[in-house]
Amino acid sequence: MSVDLATLLAILAMAAATIATRLAGLVLPAAVMARPRVRATLEAVPAAVLAALIAPTVLATGWAETGAAVAAGLAALRLPLLAVVAIGVAAAAGLRAAGL
Amino acid sequence: MPTPPDPSSAPDPGRTARGDWLAGAAAIAPAMVAMIPFALLLGALATEKGLSPLEVALMSGLVFAGGSQFVALDLWTHPAAWASLGLAALLVNLRHVLMGASIRRSMGDFHPLVRVLALLLLADEIWAMAERRAAGRGLTPAYFFGLAVTLYVGWLFWTVLGAVVGARLGDPAAYGFDFAFTAIFIGLLAGFRRAPAFWPVIAASALASVAAKTLVSGPVAIAAGAATGVALAALLAAMRPEGSGAAA
Repeated sequence: MSVDLATLLAILAMAAATIATRLAGLVLPAAVMARPRVRATLEAVPAAVLAALIAPTVLATGWAETGAAVAAGLAALRLPLLAVVAIGVAAAAGLRAAGL
Repeated sequence: MPTPPDPSSAPDPGRTARGDWLAGAAAIAPAMVAMIPFALLLGALATEKGLSPLEVALMSGLVFAGGSQFVALDLWTHPAAWASLGLAALLVNLRHVLMGASIRRSMGDFHPLVRVLALLLLADEIWAMAERRAAGRGLTPAYFFGLAVTLYVGWLFWTVLGAVVGARLGDPAAYGFDFAFTAIFIGLLAGFRRAPAFWPVIAASALASVAAKTLVSGPVAIAAGAATGVALAALLAAMRPEGSGAAA
């Protein structure tokens, strides 16, 4: 059980970068963020980030992933999250097994 | 002195810190279960790259950001190149800036030091669950740390276990498990569908993200896609009369 110096340095560099991104949102001025237009913009952030995160998988990976995303999306309109995940994973596995 | 908290001073008498902590832990449970195969895989990959279980524990404990850990292991060399690995982590995690700026608005009641500690534990799933709670019953420190500590301990445990058992695990894609993250994000995305300009914003984000990915690497493309969607939301908000946004 050992820790290599270069490995430790790399882990610390990654930690520093991650801490910087996590705390950056905290130091942006609060007065600016209280304005209605700024608030409306920030309220769009969650959906925008989530859509950007999933889009390459959903739209540009293959028909199996697109089909599984449609199944998960339909499930998400009515069912709890665990059911959405189960349906999405089963659909992805099934569609891939079907050769899509 | 450990005196029991006065229930009448709580903002909502029906809520206790313990109840909120458990509610947070329960809310993050599906994400944690979905994460297990990836945590094991990360540990196994790290072993292949020559990292010891202790080094995996240090990385998971200090970085606690799965996407950037996978990217880093992909780029790993001997000896490790700290500058490029740090830069990669910065790019992969740039989205945390937007997430932190957004969720901190729901942390007004948090002690400043508690807020710092909470943001240090920010991760995609934690942030999304916290936003959903904030949009509903309101976010408390107990709920946030119920989310965060559960996922943190799970991530640490399962990545180290992956490093210990080594590379004998199957490919998660064979069982569709790799799709679990996408399915989680779709489920969370659906929860925001009543937000103003939801459909134009996610269409812009998704298309920009896919278009950017043909030019740049994944993390940068995600940041570009999100920025495009947020820019459209800002444009649409500016076209509405000032003040109407507050009612939304």
